[in-house]
Amino acid sequence: MKKLLNTLYVTRQESYLHKERETIVIKNGPDKLAQFPALAIGNIFCFGQISVSPFLMGYCAEQGIGLAFYTEYGRFLARVQGKPTGNVLLRRTQYRWADDPDKATDVARLMVAAKIANCRSVLLRDLRNHGENSSLKQAAKKLAVSLRQVQSAHSVETTRGIEGEAANSYFSVFNERLRGSHFRFDGRIRRPPTDPVNALLSFAYSLVTQECVSALLGVGLDPYVGFLHSDRPGRLSLALDLVEEFRASWADRFVLTLINRRQVCPEDFETEAGGAVRLTEKARKELLVAYQERKQTEIMHPYLHEKVPIGLLPHCQAMLLARHVRGDTRYYPPYLVK
Amino acid sequence: MLVLVTYDVNVTSETGQKRLRQIAKVCLDYGMRVQNSVFECEVTPAEFTVLKTKLMEIFDPELDSLRFYFLGKKGRNKVEHVGAKVVQDPIGDALIL
Repeated sequence: MKKLLNTLYVTRQESYLHKERETIVIKNGPDKLAQFPALAIGNIFCFGQISVSPFLMGYCAEQGIGLAFYTEYGRFLARVQGKPTGNVLLRRTQYRWADDPDKATDVARLMVAAKIANCRSVLLRDLRNHGENSSLKQAAKKLAVSLRQVQSAHSVETTRGIEGEAANSYFSVFNERLRGSHFRFDGRIRRPPTDPVNALLSFAYSLVTQECVSALLGVGLDPYVGFLHSDRPGRLSLALDLVEEFRASWADRFVLTLINRRQVCPEDFETEAGGAVRLTEKARKELLVAYQERKQTEIMHPYLHEKVPIGLLPHCQAMLLARHVRGDTRYYPPYLVK
Repeated sequence: MLVLVTYDVNVTSETGQKRLRQIAKVCLDYGMRVQNSVFECEVTPAEFTVLKTKLMEIFDPELDSLRFYFLGKKGRNKVEHVGAKVVQDPIGDALIL
């Protein structure tokens, strides 16, 4: 199994990253902030005014280290990508499948089924941990209905419809899962999020999506061509497809834990003039530490029967998807929470 | 696995200074400098073999010595640090700068 490599987040403004032999050096003015062996690093995420030497960029592309740039406030800007890895034939099959309604439905249906099943699992888990709650129970029941419906979905459009409905019933009880009263959730708002909970969710989703992009690129699939999500310029459709399996159990539970353990408080957010809510720099740093810890938690992979750190789940799933596209397996086994 | 690499290089010899520098550089490629000639390297067995081969090519068996301590997969738990200059663990710690 692949080694879970660490992610380097550079948030100190005006830092400069360069390569020295096989190490990554982070400098700020004349001070050397740190030096890490490149073999321990899987991703470098730069927030704001950070410069990276061209040689380090080339090295990252060659070694498969993900290098991505974000604004100071965590909005994605760009990623560095070297030569495409993997097999052309694999990608060609992927494109053909994306164009073939039957094939696309087959994969999309499984992914959505896994998403709904995972949403239901986390709700049931909450019920077990925190006692009876009629609305959670109701939502879990609705999800079970959607799960049955998705089995007989015969087109990607129907699948999408069922997914939307399931997402509605899932998010309708999200507020119930927030303990204490320092935050409220009144529905999912994106682009831009206008309340703290939505801001946290968006932040968590974008982190997990980037992991999926790296994983897909790593196995040689094209993250821009999806089965469930349709093509749109600049949309990482396949990565978004893959994220669906992880949203409830990984991203949402991470956000809920932060809120319920009071690791974030209302002071950690600032509202922009346009109404968009974003995390303060200090909070974002703390959040990244918590996220990094979460990624190292080991779980038993239900299909591979192997202990894997959560951070490697996108890699495992991308690998299984590539196997399916290559024709080695009859079905794509999506990730299901225990 | 975590491997502790320590070395003694005889710097009084003519090329000693050079060997010392080279050995330190190779160690830096694989791990973190925790003390002057002590490195903690979180490596796979394959990476370790490469690291060792590289070091063997540089050091002078007549004058210098190299020691490798194999601390294993959970080696991080066997280490305790007291005092100044805390070193980050590039695999386990959240690297936020």
